[in-house]
Amino acid sequence: MELYELGLKEAADQIKAGKITSVELTKSYLDRIASRNEEMKAYITVCADKALEMAAESDKRVKNGNPRLIEGVPVAIKDLFCTKGVQTTAGSHMLEGFVPPYESTVTENLWNAGAVMLGKTNMDEFAMGSSNETSYFGDVKNPWDKTRTPGGSSGGSATAVADYLCAAATGSDTGGSIRQPAAFTGLVGIKPTYGRCSRFGMVAFASSLDQAGPMARSVEDAALMLRCMAGYDEKDSTSADRPLNDYDEHLAELDVKSLKIGLPEEYFIEGLDPVIKAEIDKALENFKQGGAEIKTVSLPHTKYAVPAYYIIAPAEAASNLSRYDGMRYGLRVEGSNLNDTYCKTRSAGFGEEVKRRIMVGNYTLSSGYYDAYYTKAQKVRALIAEDFNKVFEEVDVIITPTTPTVAFELGGKITDPIAMYLNDVFTTPASLAGLPGISVPVGTVKDGESELPVGMQILAKPFALQTAMQVAYAHEQMTDFKMRSAE
Amino acid sequence: MHPDYEMVIGLEIHAQVNSKTKLFSGSSTTFGAEPNTQANIIDLAMPGVLPVLNTEAVDAGIKLGFALKARVNRKSVFSRKNYFYPDLPKGYQITQFELPIVEHGTLTIDFEDGSTKDIGITRMHLEEDAGKSVHDFGDENHSHVDLNRAGTPLMEIVSEPDLRTSEEAGIYVRKMRAILRFLDICDGNMDEGSMRCDVNVSVRKKGVTELGTRCEIKNVNSIRSVVKSIDYEASRQIDVIESGGEIAQQTRLWDEAKGTTRAMRSKEDAHDYRYFSDPDILPLCLTEERIEKIKQAMPELPDEMKARFITEYELTNYDASVLTLSRASASYYERTIEAEEGKKHDPKLCANWVTGELFGALNKMGKDITQSPVSPENLGELVGLIQDKTISGKIAKQVFEEMLETGGAPKKIVEEKGLVQITDVSALDGIVKDIIANNAETVEQYKSGNQRVMGFFVGQVMKQTQGKANPGIVNDLLRQNLQ
Repeated sequence: MELYELGLKEAADQIKAGKITSVELTKSYLDRIASRNEEMKAYITVCADKALEMAAESDKRVKNGNPRLIEGVPVAIKDLFCTKGVQTTAGSHMLEGFVPPYESTVTENLWNAGAVMLGKTNMDEFAMGSSNETSYFGDVKNPWDKTRTPGGSSGGSATAVADYLCAAATGSDTGGSIRQPAAFTGLVGIKPTYGRCSRFGMVAFASSLDQAGPMARSVEDAALMLRCMAGYDEKDSTSADRPLNDYDEHLAELDVKSLKIGLPEEYFIEGLDPVIKAEIDKALENFKQGGAEIKTVSLPHTKYAVPAYYIIAPAEAASNLSRYDGMRYGLRVEGSNLNDTYCKTRSAGFGEEVKRRIMVGNYTLSSGYYDAYYTKAQKVRALIAEDFNKVFEEVDVIITPTTPTVAFELGGKITDPIAMYLNDVFTTPASLAGLPGISVPVGTVKDGESELPVGMQILAKPFALQTAMQVAYAHEQMTDFKMRSAE
Repeated sequence: MHPDYEMVIGLEIHAQVNSKTKLFSGSSTTFGAEPNTQANIIDLAMPGVLPVLNTEAVDAGIKLGFALKARVNRKSVFSRKNYFYPDLPKGYQITQFELPIVEHGTLTIDFEDGSTKDIGITRMHLEEDAGKSVHDFGDENHSHVDLNRAGTPLMEIVSEPDLRTSEEAGIYVRKMRAILRFLDICDGNMDEGSMRCDVNVSVRKKGVTELGTRCEIKNVNSIRSVVKSIDYEASRQIDVIESGGEIAQQTRLWDEAKGTTRAMRSKEDAHDYRYFSDPDILPLCLTEERIEKIKQAMPELPDEMKARFITEYELTNYDASVLTLSRASASYYERTIEAEEGKKHDPKLCANWVTGELFGALNKMGKDITQSPVSPENLGELVGLIQDKTISGKIAKQVFEEMLETGGAPKKIVEEKGLVQITDVSALDGIVKDIIANNAETVEQYKSGNQRVMGFFVGQVMKQTQGKANPGIVNDLLRQNLQ
């Protein structure tokens, strides 16, 4: 077994036990990245020197007998998190070469837990996309089939983890950007309850929806990674001042016999690939065998989630992206006057999808249209949250497919924004309601020549992520899904 | 002002909260620092940074709400006002739009004749200031931006269109400034921009109830300009109407040097600010506990102090309102009354000296009460000397001049210059007798019924005594000796 195949927990344990050093492990990843990243395009920036420095520091700590939670384990950071002294692009030409003089709270927390930074991962531009193809820095390839997308927007992180280019990675999820790529690459991806991870230093897409989370190759690793990322932060007024769970230490505490699982009928619909449904059914059958109660529930406003999401998110994005004006940092294309400079800078700096969303967002916020779109979308959002509240009175978790299809071909949907948006149909409702959700792999299906993973989504009440994780862990013990081994 | 017309005026005052830090970031708000030295990553709108609300500014807003007898909303919301400008780093200003922290208040203004008028306050909201664009840097092709001011907390106070004259508007601004200063939430310095004013003016024929089309005047940076700009703008509008034209709704700029307003932008050019509630800031919810705590700690305000001065010191309405326009003048006044231990100076006499001689002198010197060369203790002592007849009122004015120049104590001045009033009847009687003996002709005039020559005799006595003779005794002695 190669060192890079170790999971986060295993690696941390071995480093702490002195069986391997952080420097060895880091080198193993750096070597693999050097040989594969050009093709896979998982990383935009690889910071080898910094990684080795951090690894040496970790080894010193282990030697001195004061290692931290994930001491010395190399991780990858979605290029949406500002990292002090390391280029942070958000996948955009606009921020190419931007080096923040500050650190995001999530990454700061990771470094304080002992993690080593390998680099910054590729992503859809400003996290707007479901295939990673809107990135200015090239298409990321899915290790299961290199002609396919790893999903998006955290596609670089997904491929980095799935192709053993890091032990675990951070992602961010606004409408499904962790869960969908996790499903497409056979990973565990967690979108925590809104407010669980600080948004400080995370480049904003849609502030009321953005939430950081982990991507890893096992439930335990994802739980441990999240434990190292999350926490209240006074620099983010929307972060939750609630006690943190040591998620990874309580995974096996679930009593499946008393578990109530809800299956929302609106999610098992036409358009859902039957092979996906078959894989989900297999997982559900395991729970049934274990004694769980499974019941059909209804979330009647589900069909309005995608339209509401694609009004609210672009509205916030249009405003959030106004700061990229060529005046203080980032790209500047000089024009003949102020307006011309604004136009030239923003025309050159943003890609097509970002421009589309800025236009949609400004349109729906305009006076005369505001009530018809933005106000109405906010009302829909409240109704969707209410749907979930009602259902959670009856069940502990809700289980759905993560995506309606398996990973699609690169180039397959990029010219059809609506088809692309509909890929978020199962992930946006929980985003709008601020709920925690996990995508776990349930199996693989044959699609043409390819063997592709299928993801199952487990949703829980706000701040009841612990329950969802325990269900994910229980599933992991029962499933016959096997992560692909390193190529 | 055309006699057939009346003005309708509403004011928007932007008052800078005198908090040490900005509304959403921890950087300093000190005035006059080197450009761009007081702007941190949040003020610069770096990617991913977030605003955190300054609670001190919120408390200031609550205090002002109470002072304006307004409703303090238990829930208010911060919104984004979106527009592009280089001195607005985020591309939006965080302000309160639909749900402001304070609504429905009143401010009472005081007139010289002792009457008052209540002016409605529509709302007061908290918002952040923009930076400053500098265009006259000697380089035609470039402008410069200073972000020190970006993010500074402001209270925007919007009045109802209840003001009817430019004078009322001036009194309103002065009173608002007094309240802000009493609360110690804004220094009120208009020349440093910590209090700024936008003026909405329309005119209509007297007796007409509907409002005329209004123009908003910006860049009005002193109380004097508030008055002047309103007068100019109203007469401009009347001229337009009288010559058969129509007023176009506009934003106009006050030109201080020329004393005119000029069109800046019309209603059609108005931005669509695409307001929506800021998702980075949770709605501001105030607990009863917090509100009650602030209510309990409210200081005495101008109107309450004025009422107290009227009952406690029997002052006139106007004197009381003038003295309570600043905490400094009110406390100066009260210190003159209590200047000497075990002795209470006549409050009315003190009021006359403070509002009359002292304010007049300070005004001439261009100083405010805190810079007065005469201390309240010394002015009180002077009033004491008048009260116990040590000196006459006339001598007191002479002593006061000396005090203004040297800052000296009145007792010492009176002593050194030998200004103590002569109350020795026998001494004065000799002088009176001499004067009567030397002015036989005038004595005749008096005896034949010309009472007015009495003044001549008094003057002669004063001349001989360098004004130190007690006027009452002199009068009595003259009457006795002339009979």
